[in-house]
Amino acid sequence: MILERDNWQEIFATIKKNKLRTFLTCMGVGWGIFMLVIMLGAGNGLKHGILNDFAGTATNSFFMWAQKTSKSYKGMKPGRNFNFNNADAMALGQLDEIGVLSPQNSLGDYDGSNNVTRGIKVGAFQVRGSYPNISKIEYIKLAKGRFLNELDIKEKRKICIIGPRVREVLFKKDEETIGQYIKVNGIYFKVVGEMITTGNGEQAREQSSRIQIPFSTFQNAFNYGDVIGWFSISSKAGMPCSVTEEKVMSVLKDRHKIALEDNLALGHWNMETEFVKLNGLFAGIEGLIWFVGIGTLIAGVIGISNIMLIIVKERTKEIGVKRAIGATPYDVITQIMLESVFLTAIAGIIGLWVSILLLEGLDNLIGRDAPMFQNPTVDISVAIKALIILIVAGAFAGLIPARKASAVNPVEALRSE
Amino acid sequence: MLRLEKLYKSYQLGNSKFEVLKGIDLNIKPGEFVSIMGSSGSGKSTLLNILGILDNYDEGWYYLNGQLIDKKLTQTKAAQLRSRFLGFVFQSFNLLAFKNAVENVALPLYYQKVSRKERNKIAEEYLDKVGLLDWKNHLPSELSGGQKQRIAIARSLISQPKVIFADEPTGALDSNTSADIMKIFREVNNQGITVVVVTHEDDISRMTDRVIKLKDGIILNEDSPAIEIIAPNPELPTPN
Repeated sequence: MILERDNWQEIFATIKKNKLRTFLTCMGVGWGIFMLVIMLGAGNGLKHGILNDFAGTATNSFFMWAQKTSKSYKGMKPGRNFNFNNADAMALGQLDEIGVLSPQNSLGDYDGSNNVTRGIKVGAFQVRGSYPNISKIEYIKLAKGRFLNELDIKEKRKICIIGPRVREVLFKKDEETIGQYIKVNGIYFKVVGEMITTGNGEQAREQSSRIQIPFSTFQNAFNYGDVIGWFSISSKAGMPCSVTEEKVMSVLKDRHKIALEDNLALGHWNMETEFVKLNGLFAGIEGLIWFVGIGTLIAGVIGISNIMLIIVKERTKEIGVKRAIGATPYDVITQIMLESVFLTAIAGIIGLWVSILLLEGLDNLIGRDAPMFQNPTVDISVAIKALIILIVAGAFAGLIPARKASAVNPVEALRSE
Repeated sequence: MLRLEKLYKSYQLGNSKFEVLKGIDLNIKPGEFVSIMGSSGSGKSTLLNILGILDNYDEGWYYLNGQLIDKKLTQTKAAQLRSRFLGFVFQSFNLLAFKNAVENVALPLYYQKVSRKERNKIAEEYLDKVGLLDWKNHLPSELSGGQKQRIAIARSLISQPKVIFADEPTGALDSNTSADIMKIFREVNNQGITVVVVTHEDDISRMTDRVIKLKDGIILNEDSPAIEIIAPNPELPTPN
């Protein structure tokens, strides 16, 4: 029945007869779906842009560093300084909740004083002592060479992996870096790898100006003894970060004689909490967008419904004739509903198509490196959802006019002009 | 074929009730060619609408082909009965403007779920019967009044009805064309189909076999030997 040529002949005859009216009515729905998709795309752009800051780090990770105690405990006054040490790492290594434990140290900073030299070239960079497993927490991509390995740790090798900014400052443009030496605080390190940055913004800038060296070498070369600057930790799969974090804090507080209720002694940053918070915010934004978008769409659908009522009124006599020659109320309802769904769907598909085209264009224009706003596109599931909404909306738009049409008294209809 | 017993029909006009048909008793036999005459407001169109199951009635009984047509018949059931038994021809032709001649003729078969190819083939046969096969691809706007009415007749015949109802079929036509149309109705009737024509023209009614005259909602038996008043069936209850 739906695919019958006669149905479509009638629909196209109506459209042809009232081109402008049909176009203006369809504009409402087209605009509604256009706005919905554009807003969803923009929302996604914002989400991708902001969440990309997390792209360089596992979202189930957290970081913990030593601060000053704020409460007295076992005869010790508040304000006591303490450091993490290798024994802490050994103790934490026993915890089942931890997936990856990576002690770290660092010196210098990209906006600090010059601490690295190569010949006459000098620069201020962050030198970080890490274990190879840091690559499981911070996504490290190499442009060339290799990253740290266990032998580097074991043999306390003086090797390093440098970021793009380090290369740019200390090397000529086309100069080979691998095998060359740089001097960090007066100690030579052999370059074995080059990193490229992941993520963007502040994090990318930091990464770009970083020199990674083996953790054991760091402690040894820069006289850190067994001091650990901070722990980068990720939870085991399926284990909430907050649980692991609590457990780690409890172990460290016990080892360093810190009151359990002292919340300032240990500094910590939980990636998962931030990630969940931001995801919640974006879910809220997306909900709001759907609400506003659907509202706009409803306005358009009401327009379609209105015009369908007019169409039914105009075609009253025709409906009467059809009823007289054997059309059932169901036949009449089907025809009107089909017309309504068709108009809504066509308008919606055009709106959808234009909006997707615009978003794709915008995506190409701004690229994938723009801070705060990236990849402002919607995925196929949104397009499918929008289409389903359109068809349902079209059916709703046609429902009242169709019921009105089916209720037309054939006698009255035949009398009407 | 069509039997009415003590049939009443009224309309509510504001606060007052207007009785249109006041106890009509009528029997039209299979294969009859009948005209219903009456002045404006006599109730002839209402009678035709009830006979055509386009309208319901208040009291009485209506039998179509021996089957009682219920007063409270559903719209769907009414549509099915119309589709099976009845054909309609209207004064203003009522062809669908966006369909060509063959598609207009084929329309009743569309509602009987006949495939497009099949129904158009049958429609062409009926167009041929009314002499318009050469005009099959023309839209109604390209046809004369007489041609449109012949297409309407072909449309009314395509579902092989037992009765054709024609409401002022010649009202919009000149006398020559009217005679042609009545000739077609005669040919249809000769094939055994009952034809009921509503008209206010004496010339047209004279071309039928029996004239039923209506005045103020009742059937007259005056000045026409063709008028028939059937006796009420004593076994049926008296309507309220």
